[in-house]
Amino acid sequence: MEILLQQIINGLVQGSIYALVALGYTMVYGILGLINFAHGEVVMVGAMLVLSSLTAMLGWGIPPVLALPVSVMLAITGCMALGYGIERIAYRPLRHAPRLAPLITAIGVSIVLQNLAMMIWGRDYHSFPQLFANTTHSFGGAVINDIQIIIFIMAVAIMAGLMVVVHHTRLGRAMRAIAENQHAAQLMGVDVNRVISITFMLGSAMAAVAGLMVSANYGLAHYYMGFLLGLKAFTAAVLGGIGNLRGAMLGGLLLGLIESLGAGYIGDLSGGFFGSNYQDVFAFLVLIAVLVFRPSGLLGERLAERA
Amino acid sequence: MKANHKSKLLLAALVIALLLLPFITDALLGRSWVRIVDFAMLYIMLALGLNIVVGYAGLLDLGYIAFFAVGAYCYALTGSPHLALAFPMMFPAGVHLPFWIVLPMAALVAGGFGVLLGAPTLRLRGDYLAIVTLGFGEIIRIFLNNLDAPVNLTNGPQGISRIDPVSVAGVSLNSTQHIFGIAFPAVHLYFYLFLAFTALVVFVSQRLERSRIGRAWMAIREDEVAASAMGIDTRNLKLLAFAMGAMSGGASGALFAGFQGFVSPESFSLMESVMVLCMVVLGGMGNIAGVILGGILLALLPEVLRHIVVPAQQALFGRTLVDPESLRMLLFGTALIVMMLYRPAGLLPSRVRRRELGADEPAAETSVYDATH
Repeated sequence: MEILLQQIINGLVQGSIYALVALGYTMVYGILGLINFAHGEVVMVGAMLVLSSLTAMLGWGIPPVLALPVSVMLAITGCMALGYGIERIAYRPLRHAPRLAPLITAIGVSIVLQNLAMMIWGRDYHSFPQLFANTTHSFGGAVINDIQIIIFIMAVAIMAGLMVVVHHTRLGRAMRAIAENQHAAQLMGVDVNRVISITFMLGSAMAAVAGLMVSANYGLAHYYMGFLLGLKAFTAAVLGGIGNLRGAMLGGLLLGLIESLGAGYIGDLSGGFFGSNYQDVFAFLVLIAVLVFRPSGLLGERLAERA
Repeated sequence: MKANHKSKLLLAALVIALLLLPFITDALLGRSWVRIVDFAMLYIMLALGLNIVVGYAGLLDLGYIAFFAVGAYCYALTGSPHLALAFPMMFPAGVHLPFWIVLPMAALVAGGFGVLLGAPTLRLRGDYLAIVTLGFGEIIRIFLNNLDAPVNLTNGPQGISRIDPVSVAGVSLNSTQHIFGIAFPAVHLYFYLFLAFTALVVFVSQRLERSRIGRAWMAIREDEVAASAMGIDTRNLKLLAFAMGAMSGGASGALFAGFQGFVSPESFSLMESVMVLCMVVLGGMGNIAGVILGGILLALLPEVLRHIVVPAQQALFGRTLVDPESLRMLLFGTALIVMMLYRPAGLLPSRVRRRELGADEPAAETSVYDATH
C-alpha cells in the first residue's frame, strides 16, 4: 500500500512535467497540424541553460534566491528565441510544402540541436546544484520532497495560466480561430504569422520550465535527455487527444501514473522476467495501444480521416 | 537502337569497373579502405530499402535501423555459439543454421515487425508513423540491452560475438580464396557478395517502380485521398511498402552480422537511422541513382572527416576541439534541413518527385547527372 501511494506521487510529479511538454506539442499541432519533433530538444536546451547559468552564478557568489530566478528567466528567454528561430527557419518556408518536408526538417533540427548541445556542454551528465535543504515529508508511509511539491504546484499554476490565456484573451481567441480555420482567421484580420510565432514561443517557454523541473527532479541533465522526454510527452498529447489542451494535461498526468505504476509492478506481474529498466517501454506501448483503439485520444475529436 | 547499344556498353563498363573496384581500392588506398567500401555497399543497400518506404510511398520511417537490428540479431542468435551458452540444455552446440536459411528468415521476421508496427499506424496520418517508428527504434535498443537477464537472450550491451561467416557453395568468405591463381582476401569476397545483393535490390526497386504497385505508391504519395478515390487500397499498399522496406532492412542486417562477426546494440542507434534517411533525402527520394549517390557520399563522409577535420584542427588550434563524429551528425542534421528548404527533391531528383516537391531548377538536373556518369 505504501508502494502504491509512493508510485502515485512519483507518477503525478513526473506526469505534470510530461503535461507541460505535451502542451507544447499539442498547441503547435492544434494550430499548424504539425508535429514539432524538435520540441523535446528545446526542453533539453532549457535544462542545460538553467544548469549552466545557475552553476556559473553560484560560482560567482550570487545567492541562490537571486540566481535561480535570473537563470530561469535566462533559460525561458533563450528557449523562446530558439522556438521562434525553429519555426522561422525550418517550418514557415515549408508551410505549403508536402507533409513529408516539415517532418524531415523537424528531425534535422533536433539532430542539430542535440549535437550542438553535445559540443557545448559535453557528453557528461550535469548535476543540479543543491539550492536549499530539500526536506522530505512523509505521510501514510510515502514520502514527497519539497522539490516535488514545488514542481507539481508550478506545473498546475502554469497550466491554469495557459488556459486563461487561450480562453480569455485576444491572443487566445486568435489562436483558436487559426486552429479552426487559418484562412478565415486571416480574413478576419488575424496576423497569422505573428500568432504562430507567439505559439511556438509560449510552447518553448513552458519547455524551458519543464527542463528546469526535470533536471531538478532527477538532479541531472544530459544532452540526450530531450529525445525520450519528447517522445513521452508526444505520447501524452496523443493519449489525451492531440490538439486538445485539456487532453494534453490529462494525458501527461495519466502517462506519468501509468509509467510509475508500471515500473513499480512490472517485476511482480511478469514473475521477475522484466524489471524496472523497461520503464521507458510503457510510453511506447501506451502510444501503440491508443493508436490501435482510440486514435483520437481520450478527449480528442476524430482525426483518422484527416489525411 | 544506337542509344540502346551505347547504354549496353556503358553498363558493361560499369560492371567491369565495379568488379575491379576492390583491387583498385586495395592498390591505391590500402586494405582498410576496401572494408570501408564494403560498409558503403551495406549502407547503399539499406538506403535503397528505405527508399521504397520514404521515396516511393512517401512514408517517413525514422527507426529504419531497428529492422536492420532485427535481421542482424536473427543471424547472430542462430549463427553463433551464444545460444549454447544461454541454453546449454536445449542447444548444446549452438544452433548454427546456414546463412542462406537465416537470410530469408531474417527478412521475414523484420517484415513481421514492420507489419506489427505499420498495421495500427498506417491507417492514420503519416506523422504518426514517423513518431511510432522513432519510438520503435529506441525501444528495440532497450530490449537488446536488457534481455540478458534473467534469461540471457541478447547478451545485453556486450553484444554477441563469434558469429559464423557467410559461406557461398561451401566456401567460407572469411578467409583468402585463390581463384584462377588470383588471391581474393575476405574483404574482397564480401564486396562481391554485397555487390550482388545491391544489384538485386536495385533490380527489384526498378521493377517495383514501374509496376502497378509502384505507380499506386506514387499516387498515394502525391495525394492519398485522390488515390483512394481511384480505387487504390491505400492502407494495404502502404503496409506493403513499409513491410518490404523492413524486409530489405532485415536482410541487410543478416549480411551485416555475417560480415562483422559481432553485433551489439550500439550499432543500431537513432543516429544510424538518421544517416540512412539522410542518404535517401540527399540523393533524391524515389530515384535509385540518387539514393546510391547519397549512400556513397555519406558512407565515405566520416572517413573524409576523420582524415581532414582532425589534422586541420590540430594544425589550427593545436588540439581537437570538435570530434569528427559529432561534426558528422551536425552535418547530417543541417543537410536534412537545407535539402528540404532549397532542393527538396535531392541532388539527383526523380522526374515525378521533382514536379511534386516543386523544385524549380530545370538546368541543375542535367549538370549533376553528367558529372556523376
